[in-house]
Order: sequence, then C-alpha cells, then structure tokens
Amino acid sequence: MIYIQLFMAFFVSNILGYGGGPASIPLIQKEVVDHYHWLTVKEFSEMLAIGNALPGPIATKMAGFIGYQQAGILGSVIALFATIAPSVLLLVILLRILFKYKDSPNVKKMTNYIRPVIAILLGLMAYEFFMNSYGDSGIWQTLFLVAASFLLLEKLRVHPAFVIVGALVYGAVFLA
Amino acid sequence: MRQLDIFIAFFRSGMLGYGGGPSAIPLVKKEVVDTYKWMDDDEFGDLLAIANTLPGPIATKLAGYIGYRVGGILGLGTALFAAVIPTVFLMVLLLTTLTQFKDQPWVMGMTKAVVPVVGVMLAVMTWDFFKKSTSGLGWTSAIILLIISLGLMEFAHIHPAVIIIVLMAAAWIPLKRKGKKGESAEHKQKRESV
Repeated sequence: MIYIQLFMAFFVSNILGYGGGPASIPLIQKEVVDHYHWLTVKEFSEMLAIGNALPGPIATKMAGFIGYQQAGILGSVIALFATIAPSVLLLVILLRILFKYKDSPNVKKMTNYIRPVIAILLGLMAYEFFMNSYGDSGIWQTLFLVAASFLLLEKLRVHPAFVIVGALVYGAVFLA
Repeated sequence: MRQLDIFIAFFRSGMLGYGGGPSAIPLVKKEVVDTYKWMDDDEFGDLLAIANTLPGPIATKLAGYIGYRVGGILGLGTALFAAVIPTVFLMVLLLTTLTQFKDQPWVMGMTKAVVPVVGVMLAVMTWDFFKKSTSGLGWTSAIILLIISLGLMEFAHIHPAVIIIVLMAAAWIPLKRKGKKGESAEHKQKRESV
C-alpha cells in the first residue's frame, strides 16, 4: 500500500525532527532513499537542490513532491498530511498543557540531546553529496563549485536562490 | 475578510522565506504582530517557545495554530494551504519539467553542478547544528554525544529514529546536579531562538 507507506515515511521523519523542517531532511532521506527506495541519492540531491532554490518550508516541498511522484495528487496530499497534521494538531489541542513546559529544562535538554545526532546526519549527507560530485564531475570541478558557492553564500551573503540558479547555468554550459 | 487576511499573511511569509521554515519565522512575526495585530510581541514569543517543545516543521505549526485562533477550523485550513501549497506546486512543476528533459546533456550538467552546492549548504547547516550543540551542552558532552551517535549510526547501523527516541526519553531522567552552567546555556538558547 503506497499510501500507507507514504504516510509512515513522512510521519516518522517529521515527528522525530526537532528544530523545524531542515532537521528532518536527513531523516526524510533515510526513509525515501534507504528504506523505501523511491529515489536514488542522486535524485534526492537534485530534489533538495531545487527545493532550496524555491521559497517556503523545505519539509513540505519535499513531501508534496515525493508524494506526487509516487502516487499522484492523493499521494501528495497524504505525504503533506503526515508531515503537517500531527504537530499542528498536538499544538492546537495541547497548547495549555505545553505552556507549562515552555521553559522546562527537560524540553531544552531534549532539543540539546538531539542536536548532535542531527548534526551527524547532516554531516554525513554533506559528505555523500561531495563524494557523488567527485564521482560525477571530478575533483577540480567539485572543488571549484564548493569553493565558489561557499564564498558566495557565507562570505558575500548572496541569496541562496541566486547561487543555485548560478550553479544551474554553470552546469548547463560547462558540465554538459 | 478574515480568511483572506489569513491567506495573504501566510502566503506572503511562505513565498518570501528562503532556507526552510525556521528562517521564515521573522516574516511570520511581521505579518502576525505588525501587519495584522493578531497577537502582541510577548504572545508570539510564547507561542514560538511552545511550538518548539514539539517536533515537526515550525512554519506549519505556527500557521496552523495562528490560523485556528484567528479564524477557527477554516482559518487553520486557510493558513496551512497558503503556507504550503503554492511552494509545493512550484516544486512539482519545476521538477516534472526538468525530468522531461533529463536526458539532455545540458540538464545533466545542471544536475551535476548543483550537487556540490547543496553539499555546501548541508555542510553549513551541519556546522550550525554543531555550534548549537556545543552552546547547549558544552564542548565535552557535545563531542561525546557526537562520537557516540556517529558510531551507533555508521558502524552499528542503528536507525537514527531509535537513537532520537532514546535521547528524548533520557532528557526526562532527573539529574540531581543543578549548576549555573545550565542556566547560562539556556539564556543563550533563548536569544538564538527569537
């Protein structure tokens, strides 16, 4: 049942992501690439790249697209539902109770404990992306693109959408 | 025209926010507190803190709750629709178009070039999470946790979900030691989260 699988994949990866959608990215990859094999690592990285070039929350862009790709409009709706509904419903229903915990040291500890795990997951993903690029485009192109995009994003503070568009144009011309 | 206001507020903050939901928080605040005055500063701050006690995407938690408070169940639907659907639609449109031309050499070149760039973005996010880990836990505990979780995931092949659930539970185990160190880390965090 693809619908149930879609629901489970996005429910699990988002309900475990503390710190907003970006924290869920590696967990989503784990589900859709490693577990269900809906996308290859390469397809996933393309999707993430295009997702980063567009505005809006990242977790929902990925859920909406993967759901659509696997099972059409209904699949997209189910993946989005699984991503959004659990946390929104909990928030609306439990707001009063959660209010008591908003400054609780245990909640902060939870976030603090999970962050290193997310850091490792993101770091491993970054490594995978670099290795893929090394395999596809060779060491020099990879080094050039890494250095150039790092400089533009972090030092010159160019908007990420422009950097991605720039990379797309560069690739169409020089890596074709 | 309450529903329309809700739609515009979350459409605007969704379409103008880059880098995922967390980076759109100031935009949501601008709409909700400054433009439409549905909440004051303190209330928004409280809501953000409460929303952060729960997992899941932050942008949709905020949209869902604020939409619900301003316009009931229909408002909840409107806010979520405005925050999510336009960008999902763009995503599907762009990716399906690209897939149609995926055998063209120029499209293959585009894909190749974009992979290392996203790698850089992920590396920056990694560094971000790493820094937040050390400011929340202190260097020693953060590094120990990093090494343990790397070992468990990469070498023992334990699913990250298991590790996260265990850590979430561990956070509720009472510790007797209460020092000033924890407090200062808390303050730091509060500043970061606004």
